Amino acid sequence: MVGIVGYGVHIPRYRIKSEEIARIWGDEGGGVKDGLGIMEKSVPGMDEDAATMAVEASRNAVRYCNINPKRINAIFVGSESHPYAVKPTATIVAEAVGATPHLTAADMQFACKAGTTAIQCCMGMCTSGMIEYGLGIGTDVSQGRPGDALEYSAGAGSAAFIIGNDGVVAEIDGTYSYTTDTPDFWRRPGMDFPSHGGRFTGEPAYFKHTVNASKGLMEKLGLKPSDFDYAVFHQPNGKFPIQVAKMLKIEVGKVKQGLLAPLIGNTYSAASLIGLASVLDVAKPGNRILVTSFGSGAGSDSFCITVTDRILERRGKNRNVIQYIGDKEYLDYGMYVKQRRTLKTL
Amino acid sequence: MRRVAIVGAAMTKFGEEWERGFRDMIAEAGVKAIDDANMSGKEIDAIYGGTMAAGRLIGQEHITALIADYMGLNPIPATRVEAACASGGVALRTGYLAVASGLHSNVVVGGVEKMTDVPVGEAAVALGGAGDQEWELFMGATFPALYAFMARRHMHEFGTTEEQMAMVAVKNHANASKNPYAHFQNQITLRDVMKSKKVADPLKLYDCSPITDGAAAIILAPLDKAREYTDVPVEIVASSQASDTLALHHRKSLTTLNATVVAARNAYGMAKVKPNDIDVCEVHDCFTIAEIIAYEDLGFFKKGKGGKAIEDGETALDGRIPINTSGGLKGCGHPVGATGVKQAVEITWQLRGEAKERQVKGAEIGMTHNVGGSGATCVIHIMKRAD
Amino acid sequence: MSSVTMGLPMTWRRIPERYGLIGSECESCKTKYFPVRKICPKCRRRGKMRDLKFCGRGKVYSYTVIHSPPSGFELETPYTMAIVELEEGPRLTAQIVDSDITDVKIGTLVQMVFRKIQEDGKEGLIHYGFKFSVVK
Repeated sequence: MVGIVGYGVHIPRYRIKSEEIARIWGDEGGGVKDGLGIMEKSVPGMDEDAATMAVEASRNAVRYCNINPKRINAIFVGSESHPYAVKPTATIVAEAVGATPHLTAADMQFACKAGTTAIQCCMGMCTSGMIEYGLGIGTDVSQGRPGDALEYSAGAGSAAFIIGNDGVVAEIDGTYSYTTDTPDFWRRPGMDFPSHGGRFTGEPAYFKHTVNASKGLMEKLGLKPSDFDYAVFHQPNGKFPIQVAKMLKIEVGKVKQGLLAPLIGNTYSAASLIGLASVLDVAKPGNRILVTSFGSGAGSDSFCITVTDRILERRGKNRNVIQYIGDKEYLDYGMYVKQRRTLKTL
Repeated sequence: MRRVAIVGAAMTKFGEEWERGFRDMIAEAGVKAIDDANMSGKEIDAIYGGTMAAGRLIGQEHITALIADYMGLNPIPATRVEAACASGGVALRTGYLAVASGLHSNVVVGGVEKMTDVPVGEAAVALGGAGDQEWELFMGATFPALYAFMARRHMHEFGTTEEQMAMVAVKNHANASKNPYAHFQNQITLRDVMKSKKVADPLKLYDCSPITDGAAAIILAPLDKAREYTDVPVEIVASSQASDTLALHHRKSLTTLNATVVAARNAYGMAKVKPNDIDVCEVHDCFTIAEIIAYEDLGFFKKGKGGKAIEDGETALDGRIPINTSGGLKGCGHPVGATGVKQAVEITWQLRGEAKERQVKGAEIGMTHNVGGSGATCVIHIMKRAD
Repeated sequence: MSSVTMGLPMTWRRIPERYGLIGSECESCKTKYFPVRKICPKCRRRGKMRDLKFCGRGKVYSYTVIHSPPSGFELETPYTMAIVELEEGPRLTAQIVDSDITDVKIGTLVQMVFRKIQEDGKEGLIHYGFKFSVVK
């Protein structure tokens, strides 16, 4: 059955604390910080972008399963911060992991859910026999306008999943998507920062799509909330995933392992996938995982994933999520502004 | 081969020469050198010009044709020679070969660089071309960084200290203060060097030679005709050159320049002299560590003892072997293409006894050591007073 | 390398070396080279070169912290550069990133990471390639 053959993540080393951002914008009471449930967020190095992080995550994924990269016949990179507006990130990844030239590749963009859609594409191509292995990636170095609530949450990270029919460490039992045209968040060409609908991004956007996709998946597969050992949702902040779990009647404890927004912020296309990686880092064979992404605009992809025995053989082959999260260096706001090159807007 | 002598020598004031351009400087040095040789100019058969980066620094290639034009020497052949910072020294060697072979009799060797017509960053990029552009400079290395790699290894392997490197700068500034042609006329203290801005750790600003404009010229003639032009001919008794990998990281050792070791060995053999016989020497101190390494590679001091030598004052003006009496690249300045020729000008003056305040008493044998890039080219000349 | 057009074929030609640490090995004398060499300097015409992928691990042979950067590197300054000796033998020059400066010493173990090396301004090409970080 089609599933995850290998996975890897990359989280940049730099962090900024929400308190430090709050200090600059006069939010001393910590209102924004508490409202978002984010303690600190990841910040990319000066020489990192969505492509470099995708390469690091992909190399980790290849190392994890130790397959010949030439057997990867499709690479899809989901991001809303591709380094080029025109010119694929996927070719950079393909060359850097050694998968060129006999493969297909493309970039995807659907706000925060392009990474899970990339995985769906790989699933379809594997299942149909078009390809042997596919590499689906979610990667982002998102920007938040200085002073905007997004500045507290917009983090950076990448997750890469090698999808195939053989040698899977976790089977993907099914996937289900829910999509409408809902303009809750966008960025026009040439603009440095995204615009968003404030509270409109919640109920009619995030919650509606995440809940409906998750419910649709369970219905399709004949499963109920209690059938899952873990649940991972897109995490624009530390609170929404908890709320969505409650709405779906999933025990909040099952969300914790995959909820990283409090420590690294919202890594956009990578957010639900880094959460999934964090669960795979500890899950036991037989565990069932619900993963539901959300991308503004808007849509959700939901997956049911069951861990196989093989995961035990592979574990430890790689730098895991906790190691990435633990290796950190804090920036003050001045260094952060330099590193993110946001000074021009002040 | 014919024996070859230096019969004329001149240089412009080195420094930030805002009012003078490339062609003004080289024409001045060339014409002064012809005067110094008591020639009218008609006696000159060929020009060899050393310049490293005129294309990047002033947007001008084909510069020796320009020089011949501005010196009023058309239609004699004019040839450019390029070997990064060793361009001047290699031009001198090319001129030497032309006279020695008998093809030409009287030759002008010029060296020039106009470096301040572009911003400092541009000049640094142009100089970067002396290293491996694709595998060193592109990666973010700078020239100070390459020499910092050498300094770090020298400190690691031999216990050389930052203070010892700083002493090279102090000594060379002291010498420069006695040289009216030098870029820097001021003395500096050890503290000045140690407190100067970091450039590429452990190298600081005062460990680095400056960006300088300037030109120098030498007139070569067959030794047996030299007395027609000068009372004190200076014979070139050895001309030697060697090469090494362009990129520093490909070398087996970072604490020695093999090109220097090989060129020195051949030069001593050709001149039939030993390091001990050298009375005065101009070495390529583009960075202070380079001078310390040169002490060792030229055989003046044992490997690893260069730091101690500067500390003990052995290479000061009144030391056992005075080095860089002109002020060196550090004190006199480093107009890249001019440097190798300027070294020969200084040694000529020393051997003729014309170096005034910085004269090394009784100097009879002198040496110049000119390095390109991080050591991919080294050219050495040994000169002897022939009166 | 500020001109968009000048760096383009130059950087493209180097992609296998810069992205994947592909170098050469001479099958005659077994000497390994990075970057790629088409001719073995030791064997010359008797040599037979083949591509060799280096593993990306090595140790610091020498290092410096650059405070006075060339153009294009101003924002990263100060930054650490090293001559890295690869496990297989050859040495190369690269930036050391994601590491405390005080952790970089002669002999420190490092591993390859994938980063942006230079950008040709805001409109030009982004040049990617290897840098190294201290092994954690």
